[in-house]
Amino acid sequence: MTSVGQALKRKEDPRMITGRGYYTEDITLPGMLYATIVRSPEAHATITSIDTSAAKERDGVVAVLTGEDMAGDFAGPIPMVWAPPGVEINTPEHWPLKRGEVKHVGDPVAVVVATTRGAAVDAAEDVFVEYDAKPAVVDPEQALEDGAPLVWEQFGTNKTHEWAVAGGDFDAAQAEADVTVEHRYVNHRTSGAPIEPRCSVAEARAGHLTLYSTTQIPHIARFILSGMVGVPEDRLRVVAPDVGGGFGAKLQVYAEEALVLALAKRLGRPVKWTETRSEHMTTSHHGRDQIAYVTLTAKRDGTVTGCRARIVADLGAYQQILTPFIPTLGFPVMGGCYAIPSIDLHFTGVFTNKMPTDAIRGAGRPEATYWIELTMDKLARELGMDPLELRRKNFIPKEQFPFETALGIVYDSGDYQGTLDRLLENFDLDAFRSEQASLRQQGIYRGVGFSTWVEVCGLAPSRAVGPQGVGLQAAFYESANVRVTPTGSAIVYSGASPHGQGLDTSFAQIAGDILGIDPENVQVLHGDTDQGAWGWGTYGSRSLSVGGEAIARAARKVQDKAKHVCAALLEAAPDDIELVDGKYQVRGSPDKSMTMAEISGAAHIPPNELPTDIEPGLEESSFYDPENFVFPFGAHACVVDVDAETGKATVVRYVSVDDCGTPINPMLIDGQVHGGIAHAIGQALYEQVVYDSEGQLVTGTFVDYALPTAAEMPHFETDRTETPSPTNSLGVKGVGEAGTIAATPAVVAAVHDALQPLGVEWVDMPLTPVRVYEAIQAAQGNGSGPRASEQGVDLGEHGGGAAGSGPTGPDEGGAA
Amino acid sequence: MSASVHVEVTVNGERRVDDVEARLLLVHWLRDELGLTGTHVGCDTTNCGACTVHLNGESVKSCTVLAAQADGSQVTTIEGLSSGDALHPLQDAFWEKHGLQCGFCTPGMIMAAADLLERNPNPSDDEIRHGLEGNLCRCTGYHNIVEAVKAAAGKGVPA
Repeated sequence: MTSVGQALKRKEDPRMITGRGYYTEDITLPGMLYATIVRSPEAHATITSIDTSAAKERDGVVAVLTGEDMAGDFAGPIPMVWAPPGVEINTPEHWPLKRGEVKHVGDPVAVVVATTRGAAVDAAEDVFVEYDAKPAVVDPEQALEDGAPLVWEQFGTNKTHEWAVAGGDFDAAQAEADVTVEHRYVNHRTSGAPIEPRCSVAEARAGHLTLYSTTQIPHIARFILSGMVGVPEDRLRVVAPDVGGGFGAKLQVYAEEALVLALAKRLGRPVKWTETRSEHMTTSHHGRDQIAYVTLTAKRDGTVTGCRARIVADLGAYQQILTPFIPTLGFPVMGGCYAIPSIDLHFTGVFTNKMPTDAIRGAGRPEATYWIELTMDKLARELGMDPLELRRKNFIPKEQFPFETALGIVYDSGDYQGTLDRLLENFDLDAFRSEQASLRQQGIYRGVGFSTWVEVCGLAPSRAVGPQGVGLQAAFYESANVRVTPTGSAIVYSGASPHGQGLDTSFAQIAGDILGIDPENVQVLHGDTDQGAWGWGTYGSRSLSVGGEAIARAARKVQDKAKHVCAALLEAAPDDIELVDGKYQVRGSPDKSMTMAEISGAAHIPPNELPTDIEPGLEESSFYDPENFVFPFGAHACVVDVDAETGKATVVRYVSVDDCGTPINPMLIDGQVHGGIAHAIGQALYEQVVYDSEGQLVTGTFVDYALPTAAEMPHFETDRTETPSPTNSLGVKGVGEAGTIAATPAVVAAVHDALQPLGVEWVDMPLTPVRVYEAIQAAQGNGSGPRASEQGVDLGEHGGGAAGSGPTGPDEGGAA
Repeated sequence: MSASVHVEVTVNGERRVDDVEARLLLVHWLRDELGLTGTHVGCDTTNCGACTVHLNGESVKSCTVLAAQADGSQVTTIEGLSSGDALHPLQDAFWEKHGLQCGFCTPGMIMAAADLLERNPNPSDDEIRHGLEGNLCRCTGYHNIVEAVKAAAGKGVPA
């Protein structure tokens, strides 16, 4: 029996459920020192003086260093790696410790290193920094206006760049349209907020540096950090031990990683830095923060003829590695799952005095799905058409795959009608509508929202994404090394770097089946630059469709060699050896067979019968670069109740049908879908990173930034269809970001459906009680209308508006 | 530097004696001094629950207890929840039901769930969700955590 397709229990779990996981913070090295960073309390200021004398005198303090002190410790600044052909992106120098000016709250200005955590924190409070405050700019649209304070005067503008892509003739579509709908969407700033804060431990021994770090990209980190600290790559090892969630927040090369390396090198002792949660909220990159002006054009019969979006992306104060690229990452699916003949997209990046944005789970695609799905709903209302009927009319038909969109993107495979049909089998819409009507008579406002979504993932194809494609200065293949030990176990090294996805298990299933080894005896390694080949890491739902396929290819090479060894020893032709139930046997003569252990034993200690032209050993590698992306899709329905008295929206039911191609481990797929939907419900209803009008971060803790708890989350009703991807031999697509990409429009549409009898037209995310309440009041002729969701407005609310957990949940206290 | 305090604490059944800084948090004593790194720190404000341990049989967030306050107490961490190779029914259920992904919140979640089942051996879904409200998970959407706690409850936890 093959293990692929089975819900195998995870190989990762025994250590994690017993407290024997090994996370970066768990590492203590002999003589290790602790670093604490002194950060700017100002959003924009000139540093006029730094007095470190009192801090240096404290017990246990080994060093107190400013940006000036460490200017010679860094060979290069933090790089940004997007260079789109023909487009200049304003990119300021970005050093780990600031000299001269600070540009956002939390900007690092000095570091204290001491023998204990407590001594370092105490001494940091004795570092006295004087600032001359400058005007801050916080709202991205205000930042583009003439006379706005400049984040970087040398550019003469807060605009970082413009980037555009179009296909078909949108202007003609608009001129000929029977119906045009337009809307402005705000996709507000959020935090990745993995429960494990970032942590980095650096060690220097005889010119060799080792960095243990909470990273999704150990190999990329080594490449970049070797340049930043001026150490050749052969003398820098980067290890990602168990990583406690990433969600994109650890898809980064951070100042602190370079800083601890430089400190370990300078001081000759290991140095650990552990992020506090308030540091995470302040200085781990944020996500989203886009405003999209969207236009859809259609014929009276509902045929959508054009899609245009003008997107303003708040990038914050610096360019982190992918900052300006992320808003663009959603462009391939900005027409959604619809056959739209003209698409016209334009992006403007903007500096503000805030932490930079970068990839957070979904990274550009949740924003795209949000506006295309909600605009389809608006178009349906405008046409007087059922919104699901409008979708069916415009779905790309399954027989047209692979389908080339107006932008020249080729969707690999899909069956959008199929997932919607399955969804409506699992969710009885007629029954819901009658229930909704009777509840309304009781004063209960229940609504449903739908999302028929498609995403692009599996980054991947280097030719499309790399230097001569959209311009990332990188490639996106993945590496794998598959090795069988003399006794028939397998060791697999992957260049992917999982941090909760369960790839130790799904990769073992893939390799085990191909090798004829029980996945129980396949050990999957990753996240150590000294252990395996160069790899590009885990993000963009790429690990299975790129990393998993690389493993399959390497494993097939091993299988092929095993067949040659077996054939030689059984005196058969290699082509006649088949793998059946874990045995390599001669076709038609099942009594003549060998196990992998026997074959591998012979490969490692060759008997004289083995021809000398077969090399000893049993190990192969593969570097796999796909020819296309993969395009997962699905249909989701969300049901919410809105309390009109308080404005509180509660998700009462969530039904989803997702298609991520051929399943490797369905249990892991469901888990990824659950977590993604929860993340999206968090964004839609609770979570928001808020800065006030002076650039002060209002949501600096989990008290203010409302992560959903178990009490707010529904029981998820998940289901699947299986449309294999033709892009890879496994037929797989990605699923890690599916929920975040799919769910926000369904949740927001559900709230608006619930509010429809109250006359509420529109409320921007997050749909916190205060926003919804004010919208209801305004619609009823009371109050001044829904508050804006722009940054830089004194909202008088904290993020989701309530405590995230503990004794106070979002249904208590806070904004409600 | 604050004054030192003498503490004698039974941790996972073993008597531990130490002189600690008065301000030292129980979680830092467990992690940094005793090497019990299964108890994690995820926030600064007692919201996330990753540091949940049992103090005299009840779950507490060990980031909000001073090591000095634990003097004379019994502390159980995730490392002491089961003995030998046997798993506690909750550990087994979290594995069986895929109640964890990155694993970082898991020790605290299991310790909180163990206390919940001690107080309420057969909780409803709603009681589980509200009972674990003080423990944050970013990976699972809580669905399979609830399933795991229900499964463990079905096995008659606690012993």
